Amino acid sequence: MSKFNKKNKGEIPAVNTASLPDIVFMLLFFFMVATVMRDNELKINNQLPAADQVEKLDKKDLVMYIYAGKPNSGYQAQYGTEARIQLNDKFSEVSDIPAFIYAERESKREEVRPFLTTALKVDKETNMGIVGDIKQELRKVNALKINYTTRIGDVSLN
Amino acid sequence: MARRSSPEVNAGSMADIAFLLLIFFLVTTTIETDSGISRKLPPIEEDQEDVIIKQRNIFTVLLNGKDQILVEDELMVLEDIRAAAIEFLDNGGGEGNGEDGCDYCKGDRDPSSSDNPDKAIISLKNERETSYAAYISVQNELVAAYTHLRNVRAEDLYGESYEEMMKNYKDVNWPGNKTTLKEKINRLRKEYPQKLSEVQ
Repeated sequence: MSKFNKKNKGEIPAVNTASLPDIVFMLLFFFMVATVMRDNELKINNQLPAADQVEKLDKKDLVMYIYAGKPNSGYQAQYGTEARIQLNDKFSEVSDIPAFIYAERESKREEVRPFLTTALKVDKETNMGIVGDIKQELRKVNALKINYTTRIGDVSLN
Repeated sequence: MARRSSPEVNAGSMADIAFLLLIFFLVTTTIETDSGISRKLPPIEEDQEDVIIKQRNIFTVLLNGKDQILVEDELMVLEDIRAAAIEFLDNGGGEGNGEDGCDYCKGDRDPSSSDNPDKAIISLKNERETSYAAYISVQNELVAAYTHLRNVRAEDLYGESYEEMMKNYKDVNWPGNKTTLKEKINRLRKEYPQKLSEVQ
């Protein structure tokens, strides 16, 4: 009866993990496709105001971002607590905006340049003065399509 | 010598490698798309001709430095702006049915308010000290007024709201005819154009 002795007696066989890589790869591909790399680190507080009459900004490659708000606690010693503009990775002045817009336009293909939108990501505690200055600079360089980026929510949350 | 079959590659660490990549992409992913209120700034023109606009066709909203809202020089709370803007835009006080009139307006036809939605302009002014949150709230209410009017008009004409039509237009799987839908949307936009000026 040696034939039957080989059978293990009541032990649970190990779970086959051969398909685990497949599952993980599937997840991996999903996230690879859905990923948009975070391109700039925020140095300012950026609590967006809420609004419900919003339009979606799809086509992320056609959007230029201008951030504004109070510097983060880590930068306050250096830059103070007055609201500042951030372009790409650094604090900027209002006068830097035209150069930034030209550089952004230059980096895009020529046929899509007329469709570029400027997204203003402004902290809700900022004063309108700085926003007005930004808008004036944008008008000077003919970047007229803007979008006030907001969270989706009721205005009473503001 | 007997031919040796090559040993099988150990794939046990494959999962580890995949996990490593997976965690990297998990951390760097931002899935949500941004959304916000889209506006178009007026271009700077060298020699501007002054267009004369009747005072009754302008609806002034002023946000002062203390975030108080003054509509036509009267203090108003945020909740009332939408209704006030709707009343102004949909007034239709113009004479006749031609250029000046408005045969689809449902307002009071008050001769001291706007002629028709095409001529009615909302002018939003702010001061430097106005907070951005208050400004966005008011913008939102004013856009909501336009959307409301378009919705009502769309219900009358086509039996569905403007917002539904916009949603259908953007939906790739919507089975209807997009060209006619676009025409309908354009008609609504022409009847209630968003004439919202942001003055510095």
